[in-house]
Amino acid sequence: MTGPAVLERAHFQHLLDVLRAGGYRIVGPTVRDAAIVYDEIERVDDLPVGWTDEQAPGRYRLKPGSDRALFGYVVGPHSWKKYLHPPAERLWRATRNGKTFSISAEPTASLKYAFVGVRACELRAIGILDQVMTGGVPADPSYAARRSDAFILAVNCVQAGGTCFCVSMQTGPRAASGFDLALTELIAATEHVFLVETGSERGAEILDQVPHRPASEQEITLARGKIEAAAAQMGRSLDTTGLKELLYRNYEHPRWDEVAQRCLTCANCTMVCPTCFCTTVEDVTDLSGEHAERWRKWDSCFTLDFSHIHGGSVRASGRSRYRHWMVHKLATWFDQFGSSGCVGCGRCIAWCPVGIDITEEARAIRASERLPAGGHDETA
Amino acid sequence: MLADPMLPTPYRVTRVIRDTHDVFTLECAPPSASPAFAFAPGQFNMLYHFGVGEVPVSVSGDPGRAEALIHTIRAVGTVTNALQRVRRGDAIGVRGPFGNGWPLASTKGDDVVLVAGGIGLAPLRPVLYRLLAEREHYGKIVLLYGTRSPADILYARELEHWRARFDIDVQLSVDRADANWRGNVGVVTTLFERVKFDPLNTTAFVCGPEVMMRFAIVELERRGVADERIYLSMERNMKCAVGLCGRCQYGPSFVCRHGPVFRHDAVRRLFSAREV
Amino acid sequence: MKQLDEFLAEHSFFRGLPREYLELVAGCATNVRFDAGSFIAREGEDADYFYLIRHGKVALELFVLNKSTHTVETLGPGDILGWSWLVPPYRWRFDARAVELTRAIALDGKCLRGKCESDHDLGYHLLKRFTFVLSQRLEATRLQLMDIFGAAAS
Repeated sequence: MTGPAVLERAHFQHLLDVLRAGGYRIVGPTVRDAAIVYDEIERVDDLPVGWTDEQAPGRYRLKPGSDRALFGYVVGPHSWKKYLHPPAERLWRATRNGKTFSISAEPTASLKYAFVGVRACELRAIGILDQVMTGGVPADPSYAARRSDAFILAVNCVQAGGTCFCVSMQTGPRAASGFDLALTELIAATEHVFLVETGSERGAEILDQVPHRPASEQEITLARGKIEAAAAQMGRSLDTTGLKELLYRNYEHPRWDEVAQRCLTCANCTMVCPTCFCTTVEDVTDLSGEHAERWRKWDSCFTLDFSHIHGGSVRASGRSRYRHWMVHKLATWFDQFGSSGCVGCGRCIAWCPVGIDITEEARAIRASERLPAGGHDETA
Repeated sequence: MLADPMLPTPYRVTRVIRDTHDVFTLECAPPSASPAFAFAPGQFNMLYHFGVGEVPVSVSGDPGRAEALIHTIRAVGTVTNALQRVRRGDAIGVRGPFGNGWPLASTKGDDVVLVAGGIGLAPLRPVLYRLLAEREHYGKIVLLYGTRSPADILYARELEHWRARFDIDVQLSVDRADANWRGNVGVVTTLFERVKFDPLNTTAFVCGPEVMMRFAIVELERRGVADERIYLSMERNMKCAVGLCGRCQYGPSFVCRHGPVFRHDAVRRLFSAREV
Repeated sequence: MKQLDEFLAEHSFFRGLPREYLELVAGCATNVRFDAGSFIAREGEDADYFYLIRHGKVALELFVLNKSTHTVETLGPGDILGWSWLVPPYRWRFDARAVELTRAIALDGKCLRGKCESDHDLGYHLLKRFTFVLSQRLEATRLQLMDIFGAAAS
């Protein structure tokens, strides 16, 4: 690939127009309902220009930033799984035919998305979903179709969020690979430009149609410095040494009881997590009873229904459901898919209504790990 | 494997058998010009009732007699109650087969002990058919079957058939009965003392409620059967049955892909844990 | 030790046990306490102890799917908890959970097993007593199984 280029702020709209002309539906961050969400956008002004976010356990606030940056914030409640692995998808339709019925599969929609503003942690999350959805047999055909057509315009973070820990998970803040184009926003008193790295043929083709110039050494160094500053600013950290074995050893740790007293099993964490993929299947009919459909919908392991079998749920207690989620994300994911399920985006921490922090839970278990119980509490 | 594993194929119900007050058996035939349904004992299908939903049900017919696809089903919820109302000539949707099967190939030359509790006999019946079809390949064959009461006994006529043979040991017990019952009363684990098998060369297949499997395994181990020779069949919530919806996870395994049959030594820690 | 000696002597389970055996058993005894809600024993774990309950309430439970636990029986002050230490493979066959704050005397079954092997008289004394407790529990369990309060019985 060619060396980094520079794109002027003034030409950003042109970039969006080129993508649209290429047949892409552009999805990017935008402000709605006091949060930065992902939605279809057309213009630069649709982006959260000049906004920034404040995130902490159980807390998310938008406030005006100190400049007119296009990407001066981190991640919000949406993730790209909204488009790659949609919340609701029809799988097939069926019609009654006397005593029998006929089924027709839903044609795989040809939707070309251009994702604008994909952070490094999100890139890794997409890679993880690739493994989950297409790494086994059978693969999920609709995910595969959406994924192969998706154009990824990544953005390197130049500031860290209050709940971020991508450095611990080795997923950021720099987008290393897996993108078509990656931008680093450089904004100063007199200048507002983007350093652009090309990551694919497809990316190069798009960039060719937009005015740009080679980046100077100074600009490259400036961009690198900003990303390093973000790396030094992480709101959280997670010690991943032997984490899988640690959790496997501690299924009965008292910390699970402790967190269970706080967890509402509201499922927010699974909804905002960019790698949570669990779904349910709904079979519905119309009023006549002649037509039926099967839909696949997002679901959460925090519901009782999730583990329900003939008359009872396997994970009836909130304790067991929180434990299942966290152990899956940080431990069994390795055995299933060869990597951690967590990318350190911090969404689960910010969007938990009671502020449960996965990094703190892991730390607490590691710090007070008990060996298998041997004796009694003896009294005098 | 189906072209799209999420698409059920309509099968025509050819026979409905009322086994007990809440258990019934559906025999069905594939659409004409379709090949006969091939499966391995222990595998399951997702059965679809039009407009209502799907449930995972083990195949409980004879793999060697492919003209009829047979499922024994217990009516416990919305879908199974709807399936209970299905009549001869109606169509039900079939997706599958899914999962692994009981490891019959590796049991050749062994004594085989089948321990079934309640409806757990249904996923083991195909095993029995196969064992008896190749009788000379196995040592002793033992079936221990426990159920709640005489009224809950499945496949009663076939059981009598098997019991009448001299090359298979069938023991049956019920948890409770009235004076009209002349057979054994007691939990299925009490049947172990009535049968002989060579623990060093025995493979055991256990199927039933989890608590029953736990106690059956204790008895097997007490008799000296090693962990790696005991297989159990696990059940978890399922929707997709192809390892994508995430619901059937059992530790790192997906029951629909890596199970439902598991070797006990591989899942020992999970099996004795609660709510995993 | 002297205190435990005397308490054991008073208890109906050990009544009539010759003095030297009483002292021996007391030598394998410790005073223990379990907080309400905590587990005294878990199904499948090694059964090295049995307990003489002095105060509180213990539930014998089996973990079943439909409800999280099924309470088989409860034991209280004066009751003996645990016979799995006597019977191979010496593993608890159920969970025992302190429903309330429970104080008990823990008896080292593993140690006593060894002593019973070398002194069969001691073995006989203990087994006689345990057989009585087990027969009582068995009769009670049979009655419980009959579901005598169910509709069919009346």
